[in-house]
Amino acid sequence: MTSVLETRGLGKQYGRRWALHDCTLSVPAGKVVGLVGPNGAGKTTMLQLAVGLLAPTSGSITVLGDAPASNPAQLGKVGFVAQDTPAYARLSIAQHLDMGAWLNPDWDGEVAIHRVDQLGLDPKQRAGSLSGGQRAQLALTLAIAKQPELLLLDEPVASLDPLARREFLQSLMEVVAEHGVSVVLSSHLVSDLERVCDYLVVLVDSHVQVAGEVSELLASHHRLSGLRRDPSTLPANQEVIEESHTDRQSTLLVRTEDPILDPNWTVIPITLEDLVLAYMSQARDTEHLGRPALGVVS
Amino acid sequence: MIRFAALQFRIQAAVAFGALVVIAIVLAVTGPHLVTLYDTTIIPCSAHNDCSAATTALTDTDGAIQVFLNFLLLVVPALIGMFWGAPLVAREFETGTYRLAWTQGVTRTRWLAAKLGMGVVASVVVTGLLSLMVTWWSSPIDTVSAKPFDPLYFGVRDLAPVGYAIFALVLGFSAGLVMRKTIPAMFTTLVGFVAARFVMNSWVRPHLIAPLHRVSTINGSSPLNMGETPGGFAVTATTRGVLPGDWVYSNQIVDKAGHSPTTAFIDRACPLGHASAQANYQTCATNLGAKFHLLITYQPESRYWAFQWYEIAIFIGLAAVVAGFCFVWIRRPS
Repeated sequence: MTSVLETRGLGKQYGRRWALHDCTLSVPAGKVVGLVGPNGAGKTTMLQLAVGLLAPTSGSITVLGDAPASNPAQLGKVGFVAQDTPAYARLSIAQHLDMGAWLNPDWDGEVAIHRVDQLGLDPKQRAGSLSGGQRAQLALTLAIAKQPELLLLDEPVASLDPLARREFLQSLMEVVAEHGVSVVLSSHLVSDLERVCDYLVVLVDSHVQVAGEVSELLASHHRLSGLRRDPSTLPANQEVIEESHTDRQSTLLVRTEDPILDPNWTVIPITLEDLVLAYMSQARDTEHLGRPALGVVS
Repeated sequence: MIRFAALQFRIQAAVAFGALVVIAIVLAVTGPHLVTLYDTTIIPCSAHNDCSAATTALTDTDGAIQVFLNFLLLVVPALIGMFWGAPLVAREFETGTYRLAWTQGVTRTRWLAAKLGMGVVASVVVTGLLSLMVTWWSSPIDTVSAKPFDPLYFGVRDLAPVGYAIFALVLGFSAGLVMRKTIPAMFTTLVGFVAARFVMNSWVRPHLIAPLHRVSTINGSSPLNMGETPGGFAVTATTRGVLPGDWVYSNQIVDKAGHSPTTAFIDRACPLGHASAQANYQTCATNLGAKFHLLITYQPESRYWAFQWYEIAIFIGLAAVVAGFCFVWIRRPS
């Protein structure tokens, strides 16, 4: 399987702070990839590196086999919906579509007009007077009509109300179904991604915590509940991601490729949200243990 | 990309061309009167060399418009830098739309070339037309006042304003690109532009071409200033009224070796006797003239166009350097 986005030891430093550090990742083609993590985890940095708005401090990144923004053809193959979906407030929707047509070699004007029509938008309306949801749809339209091979979306639904959020994700899914484009979509809410993603990358504190197919991740993680017990007595093939104990009981979230055979455990299937939260809190705990001098978690 | 740059720029361009049309109408209405006045008053009076009254009458005509036009052409390049150049990219950063613009299928280098190119063309057209109109309208007055090199006029006629506008636009763009904020970029542009103009005026332009020298004898009609100064009685030569139309750097009283007269010499040569002031002046001039002469350092009026071409070329050169910096800066890792 070819990869649409590949990073090797990728890092980005702002002053003394690493927004992204030693990040090695290979995102397969033909997937809808959720890039999830808390605010400030480095999601925007990652996506801006992928479209060449930022340059890496260390390591390398290739998108569709080329350095980001290295040439017009490469720029034309990547559709990008930036955070807060910026648009020119004084230009109309039609003028935005003109921009797309003038600046992109493979622009499909029919797709763009059809989408605007479907959304019930007036092409003469200025972008400045659009609602957040409408502006996000305009940004998505601009990104799709480029006929990209890869679509990158940076928190496209973060500022939308629940209804607009659902509509946006629905139209995104229609696009994926119609055009077969690979998608990387970032969000700090797992619930947004659960419905649309089949691949997940969890980014916490500028590191990739876990990455993989959603179905495989769900199959290889289990919540175990049973009598209180020291996690270090577990079999070697079971990695503890999260643990909590009461006086009598232990609840663990473990990762293993093999079935759970111990009859003392009650095995509870987990949701994607449980999984992501477990990795986030794991990252926070190691931060506490590993770097006590820093004290505060940013 | 040019089409999109033009689309984004159309409102600013419309405002500028609207203003140009209004100014053109005012000048078209008032200009012919100045030409008529010149033809009917200055040409006849030149015949018998008595033009002081007619000159004053002409140079006082439409005084408010004259001041306005000179001021306008003085500030238009700065305004272009501040209101066209600085926001061109700084606004994209402030509104976040650079993330839209720079992720289309056009490299940043081409984006920059189109933006800068269109801004420069618009600046050239606007200041070029304005300078053309103002130079035409003022020509009768400029002819009689004969001060083409005066810093008040040199930079607001003919080619110079076009060079200033190109430089100001590119300077504004670069400030916006580096600072990413419109207001600080506008302020920086203003400061940088005024500094460049000042340095050019004061330190560069006088040295572009080696000045000429003219020697004349000192006699009773020489332009001398005499009077008591804190250092004693002094005689100096003035530049006022000397070589009208030329750019006079200095007018000095020197001997063959190039030395100025000593205080002791002046005390002996210029007795403050009982005779009339007129007679004292004559005696002083005659005594000085026996050993000293006047040395005028100047640029002849015939070099006016050479200086205009130098001015526009130097500012276009500066603009090219700043533009080169922009091309490097926009591609640097950020």
